[in-house]
Amino acid sequence: MSAIATRRKPPRIGDGPVFRRSLIGVVLVLVAILILAPLIIIGVEAFSKGWQVYRDTIAHPDTRHAIMLTVLTALVAVPVNTAFGIAAAWAITKFDFWGRRFLLVVIEIPFSISPIVAGVAYLFVYGLQGIFGPVLDAYGIKILFAIPGIILASMFVTAPFVARELIPLMQAQGRDLEEAATSLGASGWRTFFAVTLPNVKWALLYGVVLCNARVMGEFGAVSVVSGNIRGQTNTLPLHIELLYHDYQAAGAFASASILALIAVFTIIAKVALERQGAGRVRPRAPEAANLAEKAS
Amino acid sequence: MNRLLILGTAFAALFVTPALAQEPNKLLNASYDIAREIFAAENEAFIKSHPGVTIDQSHAGTSKQARSIVEGLEADVVTFNQVTDVEFLVKQGFVSADWQKAFPNNASPFYSFPSFLVRAGNPKNIKDWSDLARDDVHAVFPNPKTSGNARYTYLAAYAWAKEAYGGDEEKIEAFIAKIFDNVPVFDTGGRAATTTFVERETGDVLITFEAETRSIVKQYGADKVESVIPSVSLLAEFPVAVVDKVAKKHGSETLAKSYLDFLYSEDGQRIAAEFGHRVHNDKVVAEFKDEFPEIRLVNVDDVFGGWSKIQTEHFSSGGTLDKLYGSR
Repeated sequence: MSAIATRRKPPRIGDGPVFRRSLIGVVLVLVAILILAPLIIIGVEAFSKGWQVYRDTIAHPDTRHAIMLTVLTALVAVPVNTAFGIAAAWAITKFDFWGRRFLLVVIEIPFSISPIVAGVAYLFVYGLQGIFGPVLDAYGIKILFAIPGIILASMFVTAPFVARELIPLMQAQGRDLEEAATSLGASGWRTFFAVTLPNVKWALLYGVVLCNARVMGEFGAVSVVSGNIRGQTNTLPLHIELLYHDYQAAGAFASASILALIAVFTIIAKVALERQGAGRVRPRAPEAANLAEKAS
Repeated sequence: MNRLLILGTAFAALFVTPALAQEPNKLLNASYDIAREIFAAENEAFIKSHPGVTIDQSHAGTSKQARSIVEGLEADVVTFNQVTDVEFLVKQGFVSADWQKAFPNNASPFYSFPSFLVRAGNPKNIKDWSDLARDDVHAVFPNPKTSGNARYTYLAAYAWAKEAYGGDEEKIEAFIAKIFDNVPVFDTGGRAATTTFVERETGDVLITFEAETRSIVKQYGADKVESVIPSVSLLAEFPVAVVDKVAKKHGSETLAKSYLDFLYSEDGQRIAAEFGHRVHNDKVVAEFKDEFPEIRLVNVDDVFGGWSKIQTEHFSSGGTLDKLYGSR
C-alpha cells in the first residue's frame, strides 16, 4: 500500500520534463528579451560611431562632471540612508513604542509615490514660492537647483531601501538574542554590534546595493529639483536624456554605458563580498549562541 | 536599557552650501530642451569677444524652465521656444511686461515654422497642408496636449484651413479632424515623434519645426528623408528676455543685455542659421539664400488674435483642440 502510494505520489507542478524545460525556456527567453537585449544594445549603440566618439563623449567636461556628481550624490545619500535604514529597522523590530506601526507606513511612502511627486513636493517646500524658500533665499542658502536639492531628492526616493530589506528579516529573527545579550549586561551598542548587525549583514549589503543603484539611476525627482544646469547640476541620468534629445544618440548611449558599468561593478562587488564573507557567517552565530548559553 | 537608543533614528542631515556670491562675469541661460548645440556654439563665440565671461546653460522644456525660475532657478536670461512661457514669467514678476520691445523683432532673434519631412523621393507626393487630409497619407506629430511643437503644427494647419475655407469653421474643423484621424501614433514629445517616423518608419510625413527637419536630415542622411516646405506656415518665434528680478540680484543686467544683443549680431545670426534657424540679419539671410526656400508666414496675432485668445479658444480644457482630438 505504502509502496504504491510512494510510487503514485501526486505529481507536483513542473515534475514533467516537458513542463520543466518549457518553463526554463520561457524564463531564459524573457531574460534575454527584457534584460540582456537592452544591455547589449547600450554597448552596441555606444560604440556605433566608433571608439573616438565614445572617448570624446566620456572625456567631455560635462559628462565627466555628470559622472562625478552622480558618484558624489551616492557617496552622501547611501551612507545616510544606510544609517537611517538600520536605525529605523532596529527601532521598529526590537522595541515597542507608541506609533511604531505608523512609522512603518511612513517609511514605505517613498516606495509607493512616484518620484516626480517627490520632486514637486520639494519644490513646494524649498522653492521660492514654497514654505521655507523665502527664508532660505534671504540667508543666501540654495537648496533647490543646486547639489543639496539633488542629494535630498535622491535620499527621499531611496530612504526605504535598506529598512525594507532589514525589517522582515529582523522580525523573523525575533528579539531573543538581543534580550539574552542585554540580560547578560551587554550595553545597547555592544548588543547591536555583536548580535544584531552580524545577523542581518547580508540583507544589509543587499539593501545598500539596491539603494546605491537607485540613487545613481534616479531621474524623476532629481529632474524636477536639479535645474538641469550643464556642468553643475546635471546628473548622469539627466545628462543622458539631454544628449538623447539632442540627436546625440551615440553620446547618450556612451553615457548610459558608464551608468550601466557602475551598476555592474556594484553587483560584482556585492557578489565578491558575499563570497569572501561566506566562510565567516558560521563562526558568528555560535558567538551569539554562546552569549545565550552563558545566560542560562 | 538606554532609552535614547529607542529613538536612535538617524535623521538626514541637511547639506547646505551658501550660494556663492555671483560675479557679474557669469550668466545662466535657461533654454529649451533641444538647444544644447546651438548655444554651445553661440556661447563660444560670445566669450571670444568677452574674455573671462562664463555662460552656464540649463536645458529643459520651457514650461518646466519657467516654473523652475519662479521656484528659484537663478537664470539671468531665458532663450525659449514658447512665447507663453515668457508671459508666465511676466505674470510672476520676473520679466518686465514690455520685454518684447526690449529687443528687435518681438525679442525673437531667430525664428522657424512647422514644416514637413517626408521619405526620400517623396513617394506620396506630399506638397502642402491639403495633402495631410488625404486618405492615403499618415502624418506623424506629437500629442498637441503635451507638446508645444505639436501645438504649432495644429495652429499652422488651422491657419492654412482658415484661408483655404474662407473661415468656414465647420470645414476647418472637419479638415483638422481628418488629419488627426490619420495620425498613427501620438508621441509625447518632438524627439519621440522623430524616432517613430525615422527609426520605426511609421507614417508618411513628419511635421515639426523647419530647423528640426534640417537637423534630422543631417542626422539620418538625405537618402532616407527629405524636407518639404508647405505653401504657407505659422511663424514660430524663439523669444529671449532678461530675467530682470534675477539679473538685478546678480548685478548682471548689462552683461545679460549684451549677451542677448549678440544673438542679433552678424556672428550670432550666422551661427543660428547654421543650426537651421531663419534669421533677420540681411547679410546672413543673403548668405544662406539657397538653403532657405521662400515661404509665406502668418503670425499668431493676425490669424488668431494673440496667444491668450488661443489659450482660451483652442487649448483650454473643452476648447477646440479637445473637441477635435477627442473626436478621433
